[in-house]
Amino acid sequence: MFSDIARKFCQVFNLFCCVHVFHAHVGQLHYVVGPSMFPTLNATGDLLFLERFSVRFQKVNVGDIVVACSPENPRVLICKRVLAVEGDSISVLPEPYAQDAAKNVLIPKGHVWLQGDDPYKSRDSRHYGPVPYALLQGKVQLRIWPPHSWKKF
Amino acid sequence: MAEPLWFLAKRSAAAAMICITFTDIVGNFATIQGNSMQPTLQQGHKDFISLLKGDVVFYEKISAPAYKYCRGDVVVLRSPTDPDQLMVKRLIAMQGDWVNVPGSHEIHQIPKGRCWVEGDNGNLSLDSRNFGPIPLGLVKGRVTIKVWPPHRIGRVERVLPEGQVMFTDMHSCVITRSCLECE
Repeated sequence: MFSDIARKFCQVFNLFCCVHVFHAHVGQLHYVVGPSMFPTLNATGDLLFLERFSVRFQKVNVGDIVVACSPENPRVLICKRVLAVEGDSISVLPEPYAQDAAKNVLIPKGHVWLQGDDPYKSRDSRHYGPVPYALLQGKVQLRIWPPHSWKKF
Repeated sequence: MAEPLWFLAKRSAAAAMICITFTDIVGNFATIQGNSMQPTLQQGHKDFISLLKGDVVFYEKISAPAYKYCRGDVVVLRSPTDPDQLMVKRLIAMQGDWVNVPGSHEIHQIPKGRCWVEGDNGNLSLDSRNFGPIPLGLVKGRVTIKVWPPHRIGRVERVLPEGQVMFTDMHSCVITRSCLECE
C-alpha cells in the first residue's frame, strides 16, 4: 500500500515538474486586464498565450506585444508593445496632448521601449524609461478568451 | 531491445524535468568569474585548472517570487546591459532609501521598484555606480553559501557598508516585507 502511495506521489511530482518546465520555458497562459492596450486588447480582460522562446533567444522585434515585470513593482506584470529596441532612437511624446513637446530617446544597450496602444491610459516607458530586456517574460502569440475574439498576434 | 532504451529515455526525461524544476525554483550553483566581489568571492580564470580554484556558490531562488531580499545580501541578478549575463553583487539599498555614491558627493534616492547594487571590490565593479538603480525584477536569487574550494566553504554573510545608506523608514520595505526579519 505504501508503495502505491509512493508511486502515485512520484507520478504527481513528475507531472508537476513537466508542467513547470512547460510553463517556465515554453509557454504560459496569462489573464490580462486593463485599458492600456485598448483597442488591441480588451480592457475587461483577455486570456493570452505567451511563448517564452522569443524572449529567451532575443527574437523580440519592434511591434511585438510582450508581458514583462513592471520596473515599478516586480510582483506586477505589465502587457505592452515594444516600440524600440537597443540602439534605436525613438521620438517620444511625453504627453499625448502636447504634440510639440516631442523628445528623442536613444535606447541603451540591453533595454527596450515599451508603450501601451492607448497612450492616454497607459503607464509605460514614457514614465519609467527604457526597460531592461531581462524583465521581459514572454511574447503574446494568441488571444484565447473571449472565444469570439480568438486572434493570433 | 527497445524496452530498456525506452525505459532509459523515460527515466532520463523525468530526471531532466526534476533537475530543471529544482534549478528554477529552489536554487542553482554558479562559478564566480570576475573580481568585482573580492575579497568575499574569488574568481576562477578561463583555463580549466584555474577554474577549479575559483569560488563556486549556491544561490537560492525561494525568496525570488516574493522578492524577500534584505539590504546587505549578496544577490545574483541579470545584467541590465546584457540579458544573457548573470552578475553577482551586494544589494545595498532598496526603494525610497537615500544612497551616497562612493567616491563622489552625489546622493541618489532609489525610485519605486528599484534597488542599488554594488560589488565589494569597488575599483573593478560594474554596478549601480555605472548604470544607476536597477529594477528589483532583475534580481534572481540570493547567494547563501560557498561550496568550493574546500578551504573557503562557508556562509556568505549579509553585510551592509557603514554610512552609505540612509533608510527613510526601516519598516517601509513594501516588497521585502518587514525589515525586522533582516535583523
